[in-house]
Amino acid sequence: MLDFPTWKKAWLWLIVAVASLAALPSIFSLANTRWPDQLPEPMVNLGLDLAGGSHILLEADGSQVAGQRLENMEENVRGLMRNAEPRIRIGDVSTRGGRLSFILDDPSQIDRARELLLPSINGNGLVREWDLAVEDGNRIILTPTTQGVNKAVSDAMDSATEVVRKRIDALGTREPTIIRQGETRIVVQVPGLQDPEQLKALLGQTAKLEFKLVDQSALPSDVAQGLAPPGSEIFPYVDTSAFAGSSIAVKRLGGIRGDNLTGAQQSFDPQTNEPVVNIQFDTEGGRRFAKLTTENVNKPFAIILDGKVLSAPNINEPIRGGTAQISGGFTVEAANQLAISLRSGALPVDLKVIEERTVGPDLGADSIKKGMIAMGVGTLLVLLLMVATYGRFGLYANVALVLNVLMIIGIMAILNTTMTLPGIAGLVLTIGAAVDANVLINERIREERKRGRKVVQAVENGYKEASRAIYDANITNVIAATLLFFFGQGPVKGFAVVLVIGVITSVFTAVTITRMWVAGWLRKARPADLNI
Amino acid sequence: MRLLKLVPDDTNIKFLKWRVPFFVVSGLLIAASWALVLTQGLNLGVDFVGGQMIRTTFTQEAEAPVAEMRESIASLGYGDPIIQRYGAPNEASIRMKLPEGADSKPELANEMAEKITSRLKADHPDVRIDGVDSVSGKVSGELFRTGILSLLFAMIAISIYIWVRFEWQFGVGALFALFHDVSLTLGMFALTQLEFDLNIVAAILTIIGYSLNDTIVVYDRIRENLKKFRKMPVPELLDLSVNETLARTVMTSLTLLIALIPLVFFGPTSLFGMTAAIVLGIFVGTYSSVYMAAPILVWAGVKSDSFVPTESGIDRQERIARGEV
Repeated sequence: MLDFPTWKKAWLWLIVAVASLAALPSIFSLANTRWPDQLPEPMVNLGLDLAGGSHILLEADGSQVAGQRLENMEENVRGLMRNAEPRIRIGDVSTRGGRLSFILDDPSQIDRARELLLPSINGNGLVREWDLAVEDGNRIILTPTTQGVNKAVSDAMDSATEVVRKRIDALGTREPTIIRQGETRIVVQVPGLQDPEQLKALLGQTAKLEFKLVDQSALPSDVAQGLAPPGSEIFPYVDTSAFAGSSIAVKRLGGIRGDNLTGAQQSFDPQTNEPVVNIQFDTEGGRRFAKLTTENVNKPFAIILDGKVLSAPNINEPIRGGTAQISGGFTVEAANQLAISLRSGALPVDLKVIEERTVGPDLGADSIKKGMIAMGVGTLLVLLLMVATYGRFGLYANVALVLNVLMIIGIMAILNTTMTLPGIAGLVLTIGAAVDANVLINERIREERKRGRKVVQAVENGYKEASRAIYDANITNVIAATLLFFFGQGPVKGFAVVLVIGVITSVFTAVTITRMWVAGWLRKARPADLNI
Repeated sequence: MRLLKLVPDDTNIKFLKWRVPFFVVSGLLIAASWALVLTQGLNLGVDFVGGQMIRTTFTQEAEAPVAEMRESIASLGYGDPIIQRYGAPNEASIRMKLPEGADSKPELANEMAEKITSRLKADHPDVRIDGVDSVSGKVSGELFRTGILSLLFAMIAISIYIWVRFEWQFGVGALFALFHDVSLTLGMFALTQLEFDLNIVAAILTIIGYSLNDTIVVYDRIRENLKKFRKMPVPELLDLSVNETLARTVMTSLTLLIALIPLVFFGPTSLFGMTAAIVLGIFVGTYSSVYMAAPILVWAGVKSDSFVPTESGIDRQERIARGEV
């Protein structure tokens, strides 16, 4: 029991040494001293509540993805049937009820149509993305499968996360964290960000750019009432436009989207000196843009951003150079933001800010200082009380306590976990709880001595009998902390992490390490009595 | 050197003699707490009800001009703000409901925050915006549900653990003690109307862990004594066990308190609610492990032979065969 072979001692010291050394860079940085560059640098991250910065939770609307998918399928079906040899004529196309249905003019072509659709409904072959049914012999109904929709949402979220990352990188902030959370959410954390408004404005913009032909057959009086001719839809002008408040009817199909962009820059229109955005298409985009403008010279086309019309200029001549200019009554700032958003690509789905927490940088620094002072005072008082109560045994407990704190910080640094404000409270609590193990042991040794046991026997029993209660008590703490970790959010998770690490290290230092010291002292000094 | 002794040797306090009055008092306190929670309600923060919270510090003024701020912000037309001092007198928090329709158009919430902070800065150039929290109704609902669930799961999981490690009576005792501690803490928050947010849920889970820590140390000793003194009447044995562990109980509570109290008074303001709750929990938790968790074992019917290995039928037949019975 009190026997410690050299190899065991060496192991214990090695663990303590590694964990404590790992704590040094973090302690140095808190004290604002530089840690030599050539040494390894495990670091405790400071949470946003300590470092200052913004936390934003974004959520996408899954049903929007489903709607978009249906629209794409409709275009896809029209294209397939039109390009078939011989052409398959279809009619009564409808996307009501979240499914696509259409009839074939010639029912005998049904098997050919089915064959043509096969690659589309099977997607990449891993999951069936659409169910195909035939009604009345000539109506084909495509219903999206749940797996297909889920996969589409998941894909959309993956690329949305990428787009968000690109846009935030364009801001030039340091070390942002961008993580997908659950099915439809993205967490964005940017430490040290002073102006979250800019960030939110950037993320709030879907940047879905569309070029659609204006439906000139629409009567202005109908458009004002929101009535669009068949095959057309109505979009309002943006608030910054000269036509703000009015709407325009555009053809639903046959336009092109602003995908395939290779660049976008803010600049000024040489004639009006108004801020504009210049965009460049890639080869494919340039070709499509050239085709659209060639076929529709002298007709107006609408430039639509996120469902709002920026402008609807006339096509004076075919635009073949693969570049275009977008105007829409922008401010320089707004034009710049649009350029960043277009460069990083459109979000495949709208993102909404559903939670935002911003902490000013001054508060963080203040909190660290106050937290450290309070922690220092508390620790000092505990150390004094322990020595006053248990003498030599209290001193052992104290050294173990200091090592314990070092080890917690060291392990947090190695695991690269995040220290939060509640985490500081967790550390203080661990300091209080860590001495509990030694209190239990020392009280037990007192008792054993009172009952007349010999010194070595009393110490041995003290450690043995107290350990059972120590383990039981700490396991309940781990249960509580684990639940905190899984159900908690943000800073609270940080608190849970500190608690769990603290429980493990405190049992190690308070029970095993002090026992090693006590054993060494007993063997060397062979005391006849204990002052405890 | 003479060492400090907080509790004299060989105390023999008859804790259980007063168990009925103490239970009555505790029962009343639990009832009062729940009555307060149900009538006054908890001052739920934006974490749980949604809305916007702006924290400010006035760097030049001794006191936050609460009345003036209220008037100035109300004039913006977003409704009346809830403005409270928190922590130091020059710190104040402003709580607003999110504007109508902000769930679908988050920019409305931004706009409100922007307007409020620029108005504050215009009125008071020395104001420092320490933080803006904006939580939509959807997120706050989820946070509330998971908060309640984590408390329930923790209480159940811990009680099951104790049941497995000890006996079912001990599990019941621990669960009751936990219920007592959580009730009183909630009652304190209803009474003081301190803000109840996610951090407080963390604090309560910590109290649960701590209170159990205490209870288990007492239970461990009861189990040990039940094996040692098989003939001793249960109430007497419980008293003995509590007395034997009293020195440790007092010492540990004291070290925890002196570690935490500086954090309550000198720590960062945003931790005040959390640390205050934990300090209260230490008092309540210590009391409940001595006066609730142990006495309840008498009523739950812990037998003197609870931890004596039970005799199987075969053993008994063998003993009969040997003529021992």
